[in-house]
Amino acid sequence: MGLIVDHIGVFGSGLRVSAEISACTFVLAALLGAALAVCQISPVLPLRVFSRLYVGGVRSIPLLVLLTLFVFGLPEIGVVYSLQWTAVTAMGLYWAAFFCEVLRAGVRAVPRGQIEAARALGLGFGQTLRLVVLPQAARSIIQPAASLLIAVTLNSSLAAAVGVTQELTGQTELLDQQYAQPLLTFGAAALAYVTVALWVGWLAGALDRKLAVSR
Amino acid sequence: MTPLLAKGQSAVAGEVAGDRGTIPGPRPASAAPRRAKALLERLAGPDEGLFDPPGPRGRRRIAVASAVSLVILAALVWAVVHQFAAHGQLHAGQWRIFGQWPVIHYLLTALWATVRVTLVSGVIALPFGALLALARLSHTPLLRWPAAVYVEVLRAIPLLLLIYAFLLGLPNLGLHVPLFWQLVWPIVFTNTAVFAEIFRSGVRALPRGQTEAAQALGLSHWTTMRLVVLPQAIRQTAPALISQTVRLLKDSTLGYVVSFLELLNAAKVLGEYDHTVVQAYLVVALVYVVVNTALAATAGGVERRLGGAPSSAGRKSPG
Repeated sequence: MGLIVDHIGVFGSGLRVSAEISACTFVLAALLGAALAVCQISPVLPLRVFSRLYVGGVRSIPLLVLLTLFVFGLPEIGVVYSLQWTAVTAMGLYWAAFFCEVLRAGVRAVPRGQIEAARALGLGFGQTLRLVVLPQAARSIIQPAASLLIAVTLNSSLAAAVGVTQELTGQTELLDQQYAQPLLTFGAAALAYVTVALWVGWLAGALDRKLAVSR
Repeated sequence: MTPLLAKGQSAVAGEVAGDRGTIPGPRPASAAPRRAKALLERLAGPDEGLFDPPGPRGRRRIAVASAVSLVILAALVWAVVHQFAAHGQLHAGQWRIFGQWPVIHYLLTALWATVRVTLVSGVIALPFGALLALARLSHTPLLRWPAAVYVEVLRAIPLLLLIYAFLLGLPNLGLHVPLFWQLVWPIVFTNTAVFAEIFRSGVRALPRGQTEAAQALGLSHWTTMRLVVLPQAIRQTAPALISQTVRLLKDSTLGYVVSFLELLNAAKVLGEYDHTVVQAYLVVALVYVVVNTALAATAGGVERRLGGAPSSAGRKSPG
């Protein structure tokens, strides 16, 4: 136990880097995912085809393949920037496809009558989306988006596999190689992940209850 | 008036109608472009009925938006291709080895290793997941609580952490496990929890009347489960289970971490050996897309055959 107490700072900084990576990835994925979702429900055919193919393709590539492709492939074609941000880019592009699906499910959960009423009132595509569909869809995506955030956080550990060892899983591995106390070190890291996941889940539940509309 | 009516109807029919003409063209096009357009519309999938059939001005705006987006997409593609070409990654020599039999054979062997990891972990995790779900659904707290804790904890731990723990922890305990099992066991441990959740939500999605009727007939808890609940739950969760297999296959890429020679690790070895890093990873990514798309199509087919499983089946954690 003393080992954990002595190195609490290592876990702290690891957790901070993990949180940083996850937060950046999630924001990037949300922005790209929203763009993809808008493309997919818009009347512009090329954009819809592109969005469908992107989502279908990216969802069937394992995240680690995308990570290795970006981290080791980009320098080969002359694109070099910081390792952590390369990993964030790859993960953001990956989770964007899932975020797009979450958003589309949210849009589909809005009753058709709402959309038809909006159209009957003469609202255009943008207005219908902004004033009628999105405010209602936003409520129903809280839980799925939270599950996505948990998945993003857990999978941010994969960054350690391509060399971003500053994050929690990477730090734990290094600590274990130093002190050979696997039960303690990995137990502590697991506890940290479980705490984060439970906390995000609880927060989403609270938010969901607060904003829920009974239909 | 007519197109408006047609649009209204199709908006109601929506999902059922599936693909249909979204943007009525200004005038009937000739056969070939029309077929191309129909294909594109199939690819684009159903819309959500968020827009009226456009009038002349709307059609013009859509045409402009289409043209602009095509230009932007083309520019994106050009930028990528240019970047590849500028660094000599499009030379035929860089790609030629992927047409040679020894390399193809090497990759096929690696693909078989990936499939083996997926199948073996699936075959072990599936029954244990079912048992765990039963334990969590049982009336005995002694079974219910440990099962609940196991499922919630294992679903909240990254697979990579578990793999590192096995990789570094087992030798410490004096246990030496072959590479294959060092990859398979962590995958089994996490996926047992996920499968248990899928089964449990399948059971809970069944109408309560089924259980009540079975109990009214005097069946005990376990007999009800065995004869009434489980057969239906398994049927309903089949698509979710196949989707989870796709995730299992994705998990097998972590062989990269334990140096087990599955597809991704094979790409790494090949890339470093031949200095074709980008090409090897791209080829492997393509293989994953093909295999997983086929699996997803199977899941879709099963779902259609079963007449639409409940969408609530499986509180699916993505990834």
